[in-house]
Amino acid sequence: MIETREPILKVRDLAVEFTLGSNGLFGGKKILRAVKGVSFDLYQGETLGIVGESGCGKSTLSRAIIRLLPATAGEAVWLGRDIQKMNSNELLDLRKDIQMIFQDPLASLNPRMTAGDIIAEPLKIHMPNIGKAERAVRVAEMMQKVGLLPTMINKYPHEFSGGQCQRIGIARALITNPKLIICDEAVSALDVSIRAQVVNLLMDLQKELGISLLFISHDIAVVRHIAQRIMVLYFGEVVEIGEAEQVTMDPHHDYTKRLIASVPVPDPKVEMERREERRRLRKAAAKAA
Amino acid sequence: MALLEVKNLKIDFLTHDGPVHAVKDLSYTLEKGKTLAIVGESGSGKTQGAFALMGLLPKNGRASGSVMFDGKEILNLPTRELRSYRAERIGIIFQDPMTSLNPYLRISRQMTEVLELHRGMSNSAALAESIRMLDAVRIPDAKNRVHMYPHEFSGGMRQRVMIAMALLCSPELLIADEPTTALDVTVQAEIIDLLVDLQEDFNTAIILITHDLGIVAGTCEDTLVMFDGRVMEYRKTADIFDKPEHPYTQGLLAAVPRLDKKVDRLSTVSYEFMAAKGEA
Amino acid sequence: MPGLTGKDQVLTDYANKLAVLDAPKGRSLTQDALRRLSKNKAAVVSIGIVVLIILVAFIGPYFVPWGYSEVDWTSIRKPPDFDKGHYLGTDQNGRDMLARVLQGTQMSLIVAAVATVVSVTIGVVYGAVSGYFGGRVDSLMMRFVDVMYALPYILFVIILVVMFGRNPVLLFVGIGAIEWLTMARIVRGQTLSIKEKEFIEAARASGAKPFAIIMRHIVPNLSGPVVIYATLTIPEIIIAESFLSYLGLGVQEPQTSLGTLISAGAPVAEVLPWMLLGPAAVLVTLLLCLTYIGDGLRDALDPKDR
Repeated sequence: MIETREPILKVRDLAVEFTLGSNGLFGGKKILRAVKGVSFDLYQGETLGIVGESGCGKSTLSRAIIRLLPATAGEAVWLGRDIQKMNSNELLDLRKDIQMIFQDPLASLNPRMTAGDIIAEPLKIHMPNIGKAERAVRVAEMMQKVGLLPTMINKYPHEFSGGQCQRIGIARALITNPKLIICDEAVSALDVSIRAQVVNLLMDLQKELGISLLFISHDIAVVRHIAQRIMVLYFGEVVEIGEAEQVTMDPHHDYTKRLIASVPVPDPKVEMERREERRRLRKAAAKAA
Repeated sequence: MALLEVKNLKIDFLTHDGPVHAVKDLSYTLEKGKTLAIVGESGSGKTQGAFALMGLLPKNGRASGSVMFDGKEILNLPTRELRSYRAERIGIIFQDPMTSLNPYLRISRQMTEVLELHRGMSNSAALAESIRMLDAVRIPDAKNRVHMYPHEFSGGMRQRVMIAMALLCSPELLIADEPTTALDVTVQAEIIDLLVDLQEDFNTAIILITHDLGIVAGTCEDTLVMFDGRVMEYRKTADIFDKPEHPYTQGLLAAVPRLDKKVDRLSTVSYEFMAAKGEA
Repeated sequence: MPGLTGKDQVLTDYANKLAVLDAPKGRSLTQDALRRLSKNKAAVVSIGIVVLIILVAFIGPYFVPWGYSEVDWTSIRKPPDFDKGHYLGTDQNGRDMLARVLQGTQMSLIVAAVATVVSVTIGVVYGAVSGYFGGRVDSLMMRFVDVMYALPYILFVIILVVMFGRNPVLLFVGIGAIEWLTMARIVRGQTLSIKEKEFIEAARASGAKPFAIIMRHIVPNLSGPVVIYATLTIPEIIIAESFLSYLGLGVQEPQTSLGTLISAGAPVAEVLPWMLLGPAAVLVTLLLCLTYIGDGLRDALDPKDR
């Protein structure tokens, strides 16, 4: 069924390189290839999980998709238009359609602004002709939707807990009715209990609003829970992409196998067996190297 | 006699907004060579509870109750007396290894210093022992790497160096405070496996402080679940995972998505606990 | 158009209801800082004294029996004399010292205020723009600052004075134009670190323009270091002004400033001590208090305490 539809986001051979400062006078410049030719499709209403460990380029990839960073090669096509070639008006539309949720709940909110102002900011940018009253109403409704009391509208970020801060971030991302939300490690910094609640919230909102999610995380267990498809990144390359069940239950690539074997399972008996399995894999990897 | 016996430990912090009761009532015992996991979310008091043993509380913290280490009361001992316990009999591993490694000194210097000071070893003997210890924590090419600076190691390697340093004086107790939280999953698995192996080799008692029930499952004999400064559940690890008794523990276990079981919805029972406390 | 459907009216009512219903005001970081500041006794007392000095300097002259340029031919170089209304004595020209100290304080405060405003405004905008855009823009803007730094500021002011004649306004601008350099550097450094925060990225991701990001997200978060630096700049400017006046480049007779008064009083301190003591006491008190306020603000705004 999915195959018959046109993807809303098509990424083809996207690459991002950084030039690091030159090493001394004659050292020449070093080039860091953070993302090396990544391709994938994203469909409406779908959640695609991107899994990888630190330095695998998953954050860089997400920023290149929305042109916060320039891509050095390849293309990202949003609703038929190449993001790299968009003019400023089209780019503004893109920023309205694709929103982001960040990792650090507190650091992603301006400490000098009230919760209401933070949530309303994208509205002010993208729908400047909305009156003040209507804006206040929309903000209050959105706060209710993400489980915040509208009475907290005048509070500042430091007066909220981590989970509440993340919900302000979610409200900010949803206020412009986007088609796609990129969650960059959006639940990684939260406590286990609060993470569960925010994950449930994200899943509910997605179902209700029909938006797509690009869910980036290092935690493959959470990704499997929330995503229908999973893409595994390793040193800037896609090593595996497929249905969530297949990638987690029957991984093809060695790295994916190692990653899955490393995830602790809260069951003593299973965990003992898995430790043996890990020892075996590690020995095999050492032999290969 | 138990190696460590903590009874009715209480920790308060005096802040601008009045006193904060970080730990309200914490009791447990740890036998020689056994392992205990203290599990809790942020604000549960798990870290303060362990730091108080070592006299490492911030200036505004006050601890009361009793901590018997090898039959001697060590709670609130003067720093001078505690210092001898710290390196020789109790080792600590922090979440961020850089907090306890001096970035300006070579690893060799930092390790030999400990041995010369506490063991009275000669410089060459101390160096040989340091290399042996780096070998034990599976740092490849330890002979050459011992002369490197901390920043030349990756995060996982740095944590291994920390473990090696903590084990230098073969302490009877090792306190590991979130030793893998800052690390990648694959590295985390290696470090945890390493800790388990070392525990068997050195017969050190370990207190593993963590928020992650997953890493507890395969490592520790006993598990203590803390919430809001109190003990929620304190039993054999196998029993806790098999049949958690306290609703908070049940909720916590069901709040984490697992690779081996598929659920449609994560439990928010433990979230309700947090919300009731005003943390969520 | 909005009036036609009445939708706006309904919404406004609803919004008002929301506003009345509840929504307690939050505690902003500034309020938090002020609360901490109010617990710092030295800072609170200092603020009181500075406010008092400001009030007396500006209102005092109306209640003093003598004007600052008025000559009392009957008492020249006289110590304090309460009968004649010379509470702090008179100078060599028979002018009332109290009136002159009040006028001098006024002048010094105005110089300080104007120069600080000038330096803060230029420094914050310049530093924030330089830091936010980074790269080549940053290098270029900061090299200009370095060049300005390299110019000896006395020379700079002397050139200004020679070109435009002695004029207090020139003095303000001259000092302000030098002081902003340090401010720009501080602000640039802060901007570089704030720029890396996630909330800046969040603003960029939601399509905010660079100017809006600088004004709405960066500048408000600079308020801590800027306020601290500004309070510590005021004494610097008062001293700079005193120094320039001492050299004879500052304010013109019969007007005076604390620096001018001290420079006039210093050579005769042994025979006419009252000519030095009055202005020196005011200057020292002012500087001390401002330093305490600066320290208090630094502690109050220190994020580590949060």
